[in-house]
Amino acid sequence: MDYLLMFLYAVAVLMVLLGGVTFAILAERKVIGAMQLRPGPNRHGPWGVFQTIADVLKLLLKEDVIPANADKKIFVLAPVLAFAPAFSVMAVLVYSSTVGGADINIGVIYFLGVSSITMLGVLMGGWSSNNKYALFGSIRGVAQMVSYELPLILSIIGVIIMVGSLNLTDIVNYQANMGMWFIVPQFLGFAVYMISSIAELNRSPFDLPEAESELVAGFFTEYSGFRFAMFMLAEYTYAIAIAGLATTLFLGGWLGPAFLPEIVWFMLKVVAVMFIWFWLTATLPRARVDQLMNFGWKVLIPVALLNIVLTSIYKVWMG
Amino acid sequence: MPELKTETMTLNMGPQHPSTHGVFRLQLKVDGETIKEAIPVMGYLHRGSEKLAERFLYSQFIPYTDRLDYLNAMTNNYVYCAAIEELLEWEVPERAEYLRVITMELNRIASHLVWWGTYLLDIGAMSPFLYAFRDRETILDRLNEISGARMTFNYHRIGGVKWDAPDGWIEKVQETVKELYENIQEFDTLVTGNEVFRARTIGVGKLSKDQVINWGLSGPIARGSGIPIDLRKTEPYSIYDRFDFDIPTQEDGDVFARYKVRIEEMFQSLRIIEQACAQIPEGDIITKKGKRLMMIKPPAGEVYKRAEASKGEIGVYAISNGKNKPYRIKLRRPSFVNVSILQHMLVGESIQNLVAIFGSLDVVLGEVDA
Repeated sequence: MDYLLMFLYAVAVLMVLLGGVTFAILAERKVIGAMQLRPGPNRHGPWGVFQTIADVLKLLLKEDVIPANADKKIFVLAPVLAFAPAFSVMAVLVYSSTVGGADINIGVIYFLGVSSITMLGVLMGGWSSNNKYALFGSIRGVAQMVSYELPLILSIIGVIIMVGSLNLTDIVNYQANMGMWFIVPQFLGFAVYMISSIAELNRSPFDLPEAESELVAGFFTEYSGFRFAMFMLAEYTYAIAIAGLATTLFLGGWLGPAFLPEIVWFMLKVVAVMFIWFWLTATLPRARVDQLMNFGWKVLIPVALLNIVLTSIYKVWMG
Repeated sequence: MPELKTETMTLNMGPQHPSTHGVFRLQLKVDGETIKEAIPVMGYLHRGSEKLAERFLYSQFIPYTDRLDYLNAMTNNYVYCAAIEELLEWEVPERAEYLRVITMELNRIASHLVWWGTYLLDIGAMSPFLYAFRDRETILDRLNEISGARMTFNYHRIGGVKWDAPDGWIEKVQETVKELYENIQEFDTLVTGNEVFRARTIGVGKLSKDQVINWGLSGPIARGSGIPIDLRKTEPYSIYDRFDFDIPTQEDGDVFARYKVRIEEMFQSLRIIEQACAQIPEGDIITKKGKRLMMIKPPAGEVYKRAEASKGEIGVYAISNGKNKPYRIKLRRPSFVNVSILQHMLVGESIQNLVAIFGSLDVVLGEVDA
């Protein structure tokens, strides 16, 4: 019975997620389009709502091409390996005080640990394609994700010190008791989290692994059809997961005035975080690899460490 | 610990790479992301324009000049026509000269806008491209109204221009100029100060004055390295000596300096158009003799005429043997000369800087390959 429930929950999350990703892609195109003086997709259905569905259908109907010199097994495995961890982390997210996945006491660590596996998919995809641009893309991608994983984790530690628990429900409840969201007392942590999450997701201005003007399409240059769709799905799933974590940790999760249901507040906050990413995509040029590394190691990590020190002092002071 | 075994990799960039702006190809030898050697391969767009000129009437070659630097076709038209006019020793009517200047400067702005948009696209910002093309579109509309074409104008004629300005066109141009002032100002404030953009461009792709002179570079590249050479000022052709404008220069010689020169040049072009629109007289637009295309027969002799295109100095060297077809036409294409330094600039740079540097040279492949 338990297993059946688990299975049903997973299917439900997957369905919601697929819908979410579909509309995240549409929203991104619409938002960026509006910022760029163009309407964005508007052919399929009212306001272009079926555009992504049509795109996915097209991708599914395409021939499944595996390059002749590719390492076939790894090539096939890579998109799965990129998607699976991005989806697995959804298991610990809590969407409201009643709706949530596994209520485990190491929620944050599980999230960060599992999400790191995504970069294996990136590396394998780039390596097995036997394409030089893809290789460059994956090397850049992995270097970047490894470097930015650290500030991302460090930025969260402040919150964990304050709460004294790794459980995501506890973190939200603490914010409810405190009467404010962590974005205020942990602003440094929030800033570092937002910046490193952009790098973690390979979004502009840190979209080096898929820099179109340099590397054609980065690590998934050789991918087409549904494997390509899988990579896109992984990317947006991961984006939603990271936005969900940001919401839980810094924006008070499902907390909000009672006129809307808790789960709606959670979703609104996720949308707001994603909107910031879309906005940046439309605004900024791309950073350079060395600048990216410098910024990560010499600015973000020290700032995150400073945040930990300040939080610790506060915690000891206040008892 | 044993020495790590490394090897250089050959990376073929182009001719179908998104940031080579057409069909340019680079063979790169890279160590990691550092370029050890770059070998440019050109000629994918070669059409033998110079040779073709020998089998056409003088007037028939004008459309071919459109297709050299297709983003700045007006100046190409002009320099060819002016060269033949010099051979013929013809005078061009006042009004025609004014129309030529207005169209050339409008086209220069359009060309710089394309550069501005695509350059930012190259270094990863997508939005500026669409804004630049919006304003380029208004310029192309104006040029379309006067010449009947958006890019390959075929508008200048030996002895004048083909069409007179339609009713109200000058006023429309004045309005466009006002709009452009505001919009380009906006572009400047939005992008020039951007921290990521500055980090990508300042100090990248430096060119010293000596390098510029030794390689014969011209246009915004030379002015970006502190050489105030602009043929409109230093060797005024057409009626440029009647207008009040400056030659923007920058001392640094890096990618950012070239960027600033081009932005500033757009404002100067707007100033020229404003003055030209205010001064333009009524009158003929082409000399009587110029209308009889078959009869254009320059006396035997040779001429070299040069002008300031948006990319640099464009020159036409023409030899006539007294017949109605040229004996030889040689084109000095600024993009071709400017791109020659690329392989030396790229050694030791990363692939990301390659895109920034190559973009900053503002090369149009139609002109490189002729």
